[in-house]
Amino acid sequence: MDALKLIARIGDQQIAISADLVESVVEIDAITPVPLAAPHIAGLAALRSRVLTIIDTYAALEMGRSPRDGVLHAIVVTIDHHLYGLLVDEVVDVVEIPGDPDPLHAGLSRGWASAAMGIIEHDGQALLQVDPARIVAGPIAVAA
Amino acid sequence: MDELLSEFIAETRETLEPLASEIVAWEIAPDDRARLDSIFRFVHTVKGSCGFLDLPRLERLSHAAEGALAEVRDGTRRADRQLVSGVLAIIDRIGELVEALAASEPYPEGGDEALILALEPGHLPQQIVETAEAALPAAAPRAPARSIRLPVELLDRMMAGVSDMVLARNELSRRLREHVGNGNVDTAFERLSTCVAEMREAITRTRMQRIDGLFSALPRMVRDLSSELNKQVVLVIDGGDVELDREMIEMIRDPLTHIVRNAIDHGIELPAERLGAAKPTAGTLRVDARQSGNQILIEVADDGRGIDDERLVHKAIAAGIVTRERAAVMTRGERLELIFSAGLSTADQVTAISGRGVGMDVVRANVERIGGTVEIDTQLGRGCRLTLRVPMTLTIIPALTFSVGDELFAIPRGAIDEIVRASGGSVVVERVGSAPVARIRGERVPVVELGTLLGVASHIAPARQILVVVRASSGERYALSVDSVQDHEELVVKPAAPAIMATGVYAGTTLPDNGRPMLLINPAGVAHVAGVRAPDAAIPARSDVVEDEVETVPTLLFRAVDGATRAIRLGLVERIEDVPSSAVANVGGRLRLSHDGRILPLFGCDAIVPDKYDRVRVLLLGDGTAEIAYAIAAVIDIHALSPDCLPNAEPGPIAGVMLVDDVQVELVDCFWLFAQAGASNRSTQRPLCLLDNDDPWMRDVLRPIVEQAGYRVAYSGDASNGDASDREAAVMILSADRPSPDMRSSAPVIRLRAAAEEGAGSKGSIYRYDRRGLIAALAAAQGGR
Repeated sequence: MDALKLIARIGDQQIAISADLVESVVEIDAITPVPLAAPHIAGLAALRSRVLTIIDTYAALEMGRSPRDGVLHAIVVTIDHHLYGLLVDEVVDVVEIPGDPDPLHAGLSRGWASAAMGIIEHDGQALLQVDPARIVAGPIAVAA
Repeated sequence: MDELLSEFIAETRETLEPLASEIVAWEIAPDDRARLDSIFRFVHTVKGSCGFLDLPRLERLSHAAEGALAEVRDGTRRADRQLVSGVLAIIDRIGELVEALAASEPYPEGGDEALILALEPGHLPQQIVETAEAALPAAAPRAPARSIRLPVELLDRMMAGVSDMVLARNELSRRLREHVGNGNVDTAFERLSTCVAEMREAITRTRMQRIDGLFSALPRMVRDLSSELNKQVVLVIDGGDVELDREMIEMIRDPLTHIVRNAIDHGIELPAERLGAAKPTAGTLRVDARQSGNQILIEVADDGRGIDDERLVHKAIAAGIVTRERAAVMTRGERLELIFSAGLSTADQVTAISGRGVGMDVVRANVERIGGTVEIDTQLGRGCRLTLRVPMTLTIIPALTFSVGDELFAIPRGAIDEIVRASGGSVVVERVGSAPVARIRGERVPVVELGTLLGVASHIAPARQILVVVRASSGERYALSVDSVQDHEELVVKPAAPAIMATGVYAGTTLPDNGRPMLLINPAGVAHVAGVRAPDAAIPARSDVVEDEVETVPTLLFRAVDGATRAIRLGLVERIEDVPSSAVANVGGRLRLSHDGRILPLFGCDAIVPDKYDRVRVLLLGDGTAEIAYAIAAVIDIHALSPDCLPNAEPGPIAGVMLVDDVQVELVDCFWLFAQAGASNRSTQRPLCLLDNDDPWMRDVLRPIVEQAGYRVAYSGDASNGDASDREAAVMILSADRPSPDMRSSAPVIRLRAAAEEGAGSKGSIYRYDRRGLIAALAAAQGGR
């Protein structure tokens, strides 16, 4: 497991994403909505000449909808040759956290449980390490 | 031809380089099937290309190598060291010959026979090496190439770079506008803009190629192949202007070549055989490209003997591709799919053209590698059609952009039939049940309200929307209602994320100059999601529409004085006027309107209800002779409605009830109204019109029209009428070619001619189907009396 992690905040939860999965962190000003798409697809945004599919992480994690006011921050990842921007409330830091995440215990909500890979410790704080691909995949329809 | 040759040289060089290592690896492990296959494909391709480029030496060499390798593939021969060396020597020779071709230098004759002989089993290996070495010329420098091959990734990067440049330019332009104009800066900026635009255009073009380039090689190939096989083939090519990504074109070149070869070699029969099957001696081969949604479709169809799926199955069983048990339960589609299995050929004889069982498997592999599909459709004795579908990913498509609510969308221009206003002169949008349907010049087209479908709030009232009439690739024709049409643009379309494609209504995303991503609508997907009928159902339905079109009648909806909604056939309404209430009087037992010096019976109310200006709104109705007035409160709308209504049991002012937008509407019975109005005239007061007794057309066709115009009808020369009728006649109608009757009456004569155009012998006559002209002439004749 790569040590360098990007730490961000979604709602009250601090998350960590393996930094080598992250292409960049961008500010999003305008989102083109995609009617009829799943709720966690917030829309499209341009990253220079490329089109980003913006993921509403709140919806993906079954926490409602991401706030859409002010400057939006998105973590840019590439999954299956498609470029996605995961909306986060705040990008906290990039730090080196060695060691593998500890396995999860019960108690996570369904949304978090599907996205989380485990728990890692940083500065005495527990962070959820998440897999961006699972967030992009959205809420698990099977559960419904 | 030069172009083809240089293509061949470039291609062969390109494949030879990686092949060198393959060959070495094969030499170490001659049993490696994958290596064997790729070497086999190389010689097969070279053989194929040489066939139509007229390079007999290369063809002979590659044919020999192919033959030997085929034996290895079939398992009848082992790849021993001697065979490997022999094949290597031939491939080397092919490389040398190609280089000589590239340099336009003659290659020393001879030596080929020894190489070919060396492939024969039992031949001594040493001799090959010697002869091959003897034949080696001094290494000639490669001729400088006029074109270079670039990796597509590089073009992609250039394209991305230019797109970024355009966005930066736009940003700069916005910033410049914020500041006070500076002439020098503006001029420089203009120049920069032009450069960027040109650059973008150029880069865009480098990736795109008309499929023409691919098709242009076909006529020659078909000609050569058919003459070689003593067949007659007519090649029909269509859709050469479809643009396709350069890479895609490269990828489908070989598959297309194989398919065309197969069609001529196996599909189209010999002329004698065709005659026997009652077909024209010349077979037809159709190659057709078109854009279909986000795919490019290339169809190759022949009218040859088709594929016998029974035989295919037998061969597949014999070749061990399927088991007998499996074959027994296969559907026809699955059986036909067998043609794509490796090592299966339907040809009974191996020819130089095709038929070694390479081809269809390679075709499918190549097409699937670029995300495409190959479909086969065949009818035994009728022909065979192969359809290649390749994605248009990264293709540039001309598109129309339009807005719905706050959102902008694009739609491929190729799918658009026309654009009309929802409230235009020849367009009426009505609702059938809850579904809107547009009637555009009589044709009924289902309307898909894009705003409703996508859940986007529209800013524009439905009547003011624009209808974009599209024809989806799947055949449905429907109108998309949108708020406004923005622009025509050339857009680079990229595939959207899977979650977006899953909606089914988008073909991809695009980034226009304004830097805001936009979605490209997939017309077929929208038709599917909106439930527009499938083409199979739509075709018979269309003929229904034509019938309906003849039968619908424009109908005026109005609110009657008593508040009811009524309808009246528009054809009878001459004018809508506001008349002073003083013009209406109850005279002779009914309301009458004095209007323009005439007195008209007034229907529609028992007592008038004037508005605040003391006026009454009336419809003036006319049937050509009689005029009546009908008082109304307000006009609602004009609809095209069916001529049928639910009739009232009793004749009266209301003919019946019809349904308009789910509202019951009374249809005014004008026939009854005119009959009431006419009842006051005694029939003898009606003027007499004489018709030609000897003309059946007049009796049968003209008579009702004349009677409707308010005449009694009698026939000239009819003894039963007596002379009295002739003298009494107010007007007489004769065919233009009839002699004038001896005039015992002074009645004016109206002449009718059969031809639409006035001829020398029919001066002053009226075309007999010119009803209006006839009515006018009758009115004039009466006035003159």
